[in-house]
Amino acid sequence: MDFIAYLISGISLGSVYAIIALGYTMVYGIAKMLNFAHGDVIMIGGYVSFVATANLDLPPAVSIMIAVAVCTTLGIVIEKLAYKPLRAAPSLAVLITAIGVSYFLQNAALLIWSSNPKSYTSLFKFEPLKLLDGELTIASVTIVTVITGVIVMTTLSLIINKTKIGKAMRAVSEDKDAAQLMGIGVNKTITITFAIGSGLAAIAGVLLASAYPILTPTMGAMPGIKAFTAAVFGGIGSIPGAMLGGILLGVIEILGRAYISTQLSDAIVFSVLIIVLLVKPTGLLGKKISEKV
Amino acid sequence: MKKVKKLRKSTRSSLITYGLVILFFVIVQVMMITGNLSSSLRGQLVPIAAYIVMAVSLNLTVGILGELSLGHAGFMSIGAFAGVIVSTSLENQIANAPLRLAVSMLVGGILAAVVGVIVGVPALRLRGDYLAIVTLAFGEIIKNVINILYVGYDSSGLSLSLKSANALGLEEGGKVVLNGPMGAVGISRISTVTAGFVLIIVTLFIVLNLMHSRSGRAIMAVRDNRIAAESVGISITKYKLMAFVISAALAGLAGSLYALNFSTVVAKKFDFNTSILVLVFVVLGGIGNIRGSIIAAAVLTVLPELLRQFNDYRMLLYAIILILVMIATNNEKIKNLINRVTLMLDLKTKNDPKKGGAA
Repeated sequence: MDFIAYLISGISLGSVYAIIALGYTMVYGIAKMLNFAHGDVIMIGGYVSFVATANLDLPPAVSIMIAVAVCTTLGIVIEKLAYKPLRAAPSLAVLITAIGVSYFLQNAALLIWSSNPKSYTSLFKFEPLKLLDGELTIASVTIVTVITGVIVMTTLSLIINKTKIGKAMRAVSEDKDAAQLMGIGVNKTITITFAIGSGLAAIAGVLLASAYPILTPTMGAMPGIKAFTAAVFGGIGSIPGAMLGGILLGVIEILGRAYISTQLSDAIVFSVLIIVLLVKPTGLLGKKISEKV
Repeated sequence: MKKVKKLRKSTRSSLITYGLVILFFVIVQVMMITGNLSSSLRGQLVPIAAYIVMAVSLNLTVGILGELSLGHAGFMSIGAFAGVIVSTSLENQIANAPLRLAVSMLVGGILAAVVGVIVGVPALRLRGDYLAIVTLAFGEIIKNVINILYVGYDSSGLSLSLKSANALGLEEGGKVVLNGPMGAVGISRISTVTAGFVLIIVTLFIVLNLMHSRSGRAIMAVRDNRIAAESVGISITKYKLMAFVISAALAGLAGSLYALNFSTVVAKKFDFNTSILVLVFVVLGGIGNIRGSIIAAAVLTVLPELLRQFNDYRMLLYAIILILVMIATNNEKIKNLINRVTLMLDLKTKNDPKKGGAA
């Protein structure tokens, strides 16, 4: 019974990773950049929803919407100010700029909310689910997280595969120049991708803060790195890969923590990643890169 | 003057780099003697030296070999803790502090090189961002493992445990060298600015000579065109591994120097953020530009200190400066503008216009 409980919390944590990894992978697929500031957008999402509920006494649903709105705007602003001028620059330069943005967000949060950890009250206050005569208890946050994960992933798949903007996104990620020649606004598409990714980050922030209710300005860093790992694990640039990678990573982390060692859980996650990459060098669902001579 | 001009361009550039370091060292020494150096800045000198070595060694991987590494701090960590363990266990055998420092650093460097081989053989098969994430993963694993390591030293030698300091079963008078998450404690601080200076010179000697040697050209050939290099008989694995391992060994040396400058060091210090920090030095200094790495490492380590008057805003300013510099040096329009301005200035002073165009 323990195993099932661990598995469920693993899937729950994995859903959060998957939601964050989607943001990473979409931006990577389209702009070919590693957006290291993504983890900090999660943190901002957490803080904004905290302010909305604790300081402004708004209902949970409204606070989530505000968090999503703020993060989406933030994502667009960051893209316009910091990344757009570097569209033609070498990828390392963009990477360092993203790190600069990450420092900026962390220190801005430090100035606004101070370094003292804030305790977050979960937005989901209904009773935990009890199954099998109370042998299996599933926390409300876990249920909400898994359901949100499923909704987000299906919606995103629909957007990308069925809508016009989704088609544009796929075209831009395939070949920027050809897409432009076909009349697709490349810059607009990239901006929309950032907006969606950042909105997802806000949702992840609320879920993460509800599950681990301590807010600090650096809270986004580690989940950010893990989600990035998840994205690579599934094959970076691949949307189903990010979902699969995220969920697998969450399950491995929770099971490793439960059965092997608490302190080594991160090391286990990263070891699995290395082994997978050695066998499948482009991740689980990644495209094979063909070489031209 | 004529003789200098006769030297090859690469040799001249190397000499300028050495000269710069020596000049900087002399200035620092003079300032220390005359007492013009604030104590907070003085405390930063050894870390600056360590970071310079880190930046130069990472530039070997990123600039010369052309592979992105996000786990360079992991090698620094190995060097740091190996150095601390060696230095503490040899405290009675080698009384001479500089000699003990040298031995500790050497062991740290060798151990980091060994791990470099272990990491490099599988990792270097991957390419681009996948290699980057594997190095990141290795850095995190190293941090995690050191975090649960307990090492003690007593008359019977070193003892190791994964559980707790008590499980070491040390004799009376024994010493806990590495205390799990608390890190290394009670380190005798034997690092000196001179040692840092020597290490920088040694690092430069190794890296600059490598760059201008046959092997160095082979490494750069692999970077520029892997397939073409392979087709003319250059062993890809050998040269990739060579650059990567030398880079790891130098990071290990820097780590030992760094750790032996403080009385306590924790594994968390050498995390992803430190790897990124060093990468920032390399990119800002110019990828593949050794002199740039040195200057960027020194300036950016001191910068937060110089911005101290802005108090809480200093890290915010640091971030903004970082972003602005990246945009200014990489945006096409701004680059063209700078080129045009320098060209105009050059024409005004009636210099060779060709020179201005190339700047």
